[in-house]
Amino acid sequence: MKTCLVVDDSRVIRKVSRRILEDLGFEVAEASDGLEALAWCSAVMPDAILLDWRMPLMDGMEFLHRLRAEPGGATPKVIFCTVENEIERIREALDAGADEFIMKPFDGGIVAGKLCYLGLAA
Amino acid sequence: MIPPSDLAYIAALCLERAGLRVDTERSYLIESRMAPVARREGYESADAFIAALRNRRDERQGWAAVEAMALPEPEFFRDHTVFEHLLGQVLPDLARARGGEPVRVWHTACGTGQEVYSLAMMLADTQGLEARVELFASDLSERALEKAQAGLYSQFEVQRGLPARMLVRHFEKVGESFVLSPRVRQMVRWRRVNLMDDLGGGGQFDLVLCRGLLGQLAPQAHDRVLGQLTAALAPGGRLVLGAKDRPGETLARVGPCLYGDRGAVRSAA
Repeated sequence: MKTCLVVDDSRVIRKVSRRILEDLGFEVAEASDGLEALAWCSAVMPDAILLDWRMPLMDGMEFLHRLRAEPGGATPKVIFCTVENEIERIREALDAGADEFIMKPFDGGIVAGKLCYLGLAA
Repeated sequence: MIPPSDLAYIAALCLERAGLRVDTERSYLIESRMAPVARREGYESADAFIAALRNRRDERQGWAAVEAMALPEPEFFRDHTVFEHLLGQVLPDLARARGGEPVRVWHTACGTGQEVYSLAMMLADTQGLEARVELFASDLSERALEKAQAGLYSQFEVQRGLPARMLVRHFEKVGESFVLSPRVRQMVRWRRVNLMDDLGGGGQFDLVLCRGLLGQLAPQAHDRVLGQLTAALAPGGRLVLGAKDRPGETLARVGPCLYGDRGAVRSAA
């Protein structure tokens, strides 16, 4: 079973994302900020990471930089999922090593489309 | 804003009449589908139309609402492997076969333009091919064509099927919407066409796309439209249909969702 780590400081968003991902056949883990997410990843790298940008303690961008520097950290497909919706921000995320970008609000169709494009869902 | 109870009413109506599952959280979709029906029925907004529908339970208007919700949601790069095959093989082959002449592509039933622009963006990103291909697009609906020509999409629309890298490369943000670059928009020429009309001429296009329309047509219309699409193909031309469209016996399948004139394919083999 493919695994996805949902990183978001909002419990509501984590719950919504979990439901969507489980419907797509993913096993889901949750983290509420970048630090907690890094701890997850050092134990076991997920196949995909749905990553919020603005979070306390460690934000999504810093998490991404640290993740990509970890051994095996190039493997997970990272999809930013954030209220940021300026083209410049999206470019910045992709340049930093994100694979895809979702602008909130989102729905199941958008998440499924991105995962399908990344080869992680049918 | 459509009140939640009205969204739920539309969802229940779609479920009851057509077994359709409509997500009430996607109010933008319900709103965008109901707005044209509301205008056609003489209401000033989708909200007013649904409120009246709930009150009066008009049979015909109820069906109009259900039919509008049943249309497939437009997407960029629907079945993206088909687009990769077109760019990687079909169009280069056609360009070679045409020598110095441009390859003429007709995207029928183009709706609000997501698919023809998908092709246009891929062409713009492929060295040497852009100048060799001419894109024509048509639809029955003037309103859809106006939106397509503007190349202006909501945040929800640009997230359907469009990879983020393509968004960054080809779109700019204008207010809360995203607008396609003039360079890509100018690659497409638009015209209103009813595929049931006598189209005359014929044989002018190397590639004709008609994805997902045939399945929605009544049997007589299906055969007439398919006949017109086939007649529009130049010798050696190719027809691209939707993954669920079935052309019957008239055409030979030559690739994923890809068909050629039966006689021409046989004589070339």
